[in-house]
Amino acid sequence: MKYQRDPKRIRDALGKKVQFLLGDMACVYGGMLAGCSFFAGYPITPASEVAEGAARLFPRIGATYIQMEDEIGSIAALIGAAWGGAKSMTATSGPGFSLMMENYGYAVMTETPCVIVNVQRTGPSTGQPTLGAQGDMMQCRWGTHGDIEALALAPSTVQECLDFTIEAFNLSEKYRNPACVMTDGEVGHLRERIIIPEEQDLEIIDRVPAIIDKKKFIPFMNSQTIKNCKIPDFPTFGTGYHTYVTGLTHNEKGFPATDKQPDHERLVKRITEKITNDASKLVMVEKLNLDDADIAFVTYGATARPAESAMEIGRKNRYKVGVLRLKLVWPFPEKEIVKLAKQVDKIIVPEMNLGQIVHPVREYAGGNCEVISAPKIGGEMHHPAEIYKYLEGK
Amino acid sequence: MEQITTADELNKKYLRDGMWPTIFCNGCGHGVVLEYTLWALEELGWDMDKTVFASGIGCSSRLPGYINADGLHTTHGRAIAFATGIKAADPDLNIIIFTGDGDCAGIGGNHFIHAARRNIDMTVIMINNFIYGMTGGQLAPTAPLGSIATTAPYGNIENPFDICNLACALGANYVARWCVTHPYQPIKSIKEGLQKKGFSLLEFLAPCPTAYGRRNKLGDIKKHWEWYDNNTILIEDYKKIMQYGTEEEKKELKHKFQIGVFQDLQKPGFFELYGNLVNRLQIKENEPKEGKK
Ligand SMILES: Cc1ncc(C[n+]2csc(CCOP(=O)(O)OP(=O)(O)O)c2C)c(N)n1
Ligand code: SF4
Ligand SMILES: [Mg+2]
Repeated sequence: MKYQRDPKRIRDALGKKVQFLLGDMACVYGGMLAGCSFFAGYPITPASEVAEGAARLFPRIGATYIQMEDEIGSIAALIGAAWGGAKSMTATSGPGFSLMMENYGYAVMTETPCVIVNVQRTGPSTGQPTLGAQGDMMQCRWGTHGDIEALALAPSTVQECLDFTIEAFNLSEKYRNPACVMTDGEVGHLRERIIIPEEQDLEIIDRVPAIIDKKKFIPFMNSQTIKNCKIPDFPTFGTGYHTYVTGLTHNEKGFPATDKQPDHERLVKRITEKITNDASKLVMVEKLNLDDADIAFVTYGATARPAESAMEIGRKNRYKVGVLRLKLVWPFPEKEIVKLAKQVDKIIVPEMNLGQIVHPVREYAGGNCEVISAPKIGGEMHHPAEIYKYLEGK
Repeated sequence: MEQITTADELNKKYLRDGMWPTIFCNGCGHGVVLEYTLWALEELGWDMDKTVFASGIGCSSRLPGYINADGLHTTHGRAIAFATGIKAADPDLNIIIFTGDGDCAGIGGNHFIHAARRNIDMTVIMINNFIYGMTGGQLAPTAPLGSIATTAPYGNIENPFDICNLACALGANYVARWCVTHPYQPIKSIKEGLQKKGFSLLEFLAPCPTAYGRRNKLGDIKKHWEWYDNNTILIEDYKKIMQYGTEEEKKELKHKFQIGVFQDLQKPGFFELYGNLVNRLQIKENEPKEGKK
C-alpha cells in the first residue's frame, strides 16, 4: 500500500511536544512531519544518528527505512522513491556526500524532489570523522558536473534542524530540485530543547501532480496547470502518464535530444531559472543589530553561535557591529549582501573552512566595503574571542 | 482487446511512437530481448500503467525508452538502487530493469549483489554481449578469456564474471541464463521471472557485432549469431554429458555457456518482510498498555 501521511500516527511516534533532543534526531522529526515516507542511507559519523532514528521511527508510521550498500545507492533510491510518489530523504557526511555527487546532478536534471541532510565533518577525505566543519558549502553548490542551482539551508540550533528539514522538503517539492540541509557535526551532536510544531502551524508543500488529459500532457516543460510557472507538473509513476525520465539532455517530451545546442540550453535554463527567477522570494536571513552597524558578521550554521556572542562582546566595547545570518545559503541572498556592503565599512565572514561563503560575499559586496575571511578548521568551533579580535583589526 | 499474433501487432501495442529508428546497429541482440520481454508481458496480460522499466547507461539500457510505459533511465550502474526506491514508494508497481554486462556486473556490481541478497522485488534482465558496446568496445567483466577489446588489445587475461552463479549464491529467488538465438524457452522463463516475488535475474547472451564480433573475428552477422548456437548448451544436457559422456564430449563442453534455469526458490521478497515488520509494530502499539484500563 502507498504511504498516507497520518498526523496522529506521526505524533504518537514522536511523543512529547517539548523534548530535549539531538540535532541529528531533529532532522528525522522534521522529515516525518513533512510527510517523508522513504529514508535510504549508509552509516557515517556524525550523521549515523539520523539513519538510526529513521530506522527506529519510520516503520512505526508505515514509512520505509532501508540501509543501502553505499551512498550512491542511497541517493539513487531516494530519486526512485520520489518518482514512485514518495517524499524521500537521506543523511550523510563529507565522504558520502562526495559519492552522491553524480546522482545529485541526476536529480537536478530530472527535476526530482528529494532531501539530503549533510552533517558536515572535516575534510578533505576521511578527515576528522567525529568533528564538525562547514567545508562542503561549495561542493553542494558546484560539486556535481554541469550547471545547476542549489537549495541549501544551514541550521544553527536543534530546533532549526527540525524546522529546516521541513523547509527543505517544501523547497524541494516546490521547485522539483534536490534540497540540502547543510548542518554539521557540532549542531548534529548538540542536545537542545525543541518544540514540535502543532499540526495547524505547519506549512507543508507538495509537488503539483499532473492531472490533465494523458494525451495532452507534456512532462518536461512549464506547468500545464499553473500559469507562467517553469516547474512542470509531476507525473508520478503508476498513474498512467507513461513518462520517460532520463539524465540525458531531453526535449519537452522527455526523450533524448543530445546533439543540438539549443535543446540543451533551453532545458538547463528552464531548470535553473525555476530557482533564479524566484530569487527575491527565496531569502531567509536573520538580522541582528544591523540598523546602526558599520561592521557586520555574515555567518551561518554552527558558526553563527560564536559570531553572535562576539557581536555581544563587541557591542559592550562600543563597536557598532551586527550579524547577518544566512538561514538559506543557496540560492545566495545577493541583494542582502549588496545592500549591506553599501551600509557597513567591513564585513567579516567566520566559517569552519578556509574560506568558502566569503567568496560570494566578496563578489556581491563589489568593492563597496572591506570583506575579511575569518576561517577556522580542525574540528573546533570558533571561540567568540577569536571572532571578536577581527573587530579590533587583528 | 484482440489477440496479438504478429511482432508488428506486438510493437504497435507496446512501443512508443516517435522513437524510431532505434539506436541499435544491424545484428545487435538487444532488440530481440525487448521482443521476448514484450511477448512475456503480453502473455501475462500485465497492466502497462503499473509496470515500470528502469535502466542504467549503455546500449542495452536504452531499451526502456522504446516502451510505452513509465521508464527511468538512470546513471551508469545504478538502476537497481533507483528501482529499489520506486518499489518501496509504490509496492503495486512491477519493476523490470534492463541492464548490460558493464552496467550490471561492472560498475553496478555492488547494487546487484545487495538487491539479490535482500531479495528486492524486481526482475533484472542483464544483456551480456561481453563488451562495452555504447562506448566503442572496451573490456567488459564478462568477456571470455582471450577476448579482444579496445582496452584489451592483446587479449583478456581476467577471469570472466558468471553473474548467474553469483545471484544463486546470494539466494536470489529466480536465476536463469538464455541466449537470443532461442525464442521459446526464454519467453516462458521471463514470464516465470516476472511473476516471482523477490529478486529474479535473467541473463541474456546477445551479440554485439559492432564492438565485439568484428574485433573477435566472429564473422559476419549470420556467423556471429550462429556462434551462440554452437557455444551454448542446456543445463540438463550439460549434466547428462558430464555424467555419462566420453572424455572427448566432456572436453568440448569446457568453453560452452550453460543455459536454462539455475535457481527457482519461493522465499518472501524484501517488501513483504518489511510490511510484516510494520504490521508487527502497529499491533504492538494498538495493544492496551499496562495499567491503562
Ligand atoms: C559513471 C560513468 N562512467 C562511465 C560511463 C561511460 N559508459 C557509458 S555506457 C558504458 C558501458 C556500457 O556497457 P554495457 O552495460 O555492457 O552496455 P552495452 O552498451 O554493451 O549494451 C560506459 C563505460 C558513464 N556513462 N558513466
Ligand atoms: S554497439 Fe553493439 S551493443 Fe551497441 S547497438 Fe551496436 S551492436 Fe548493439
Ligand atoms: Mg555490454
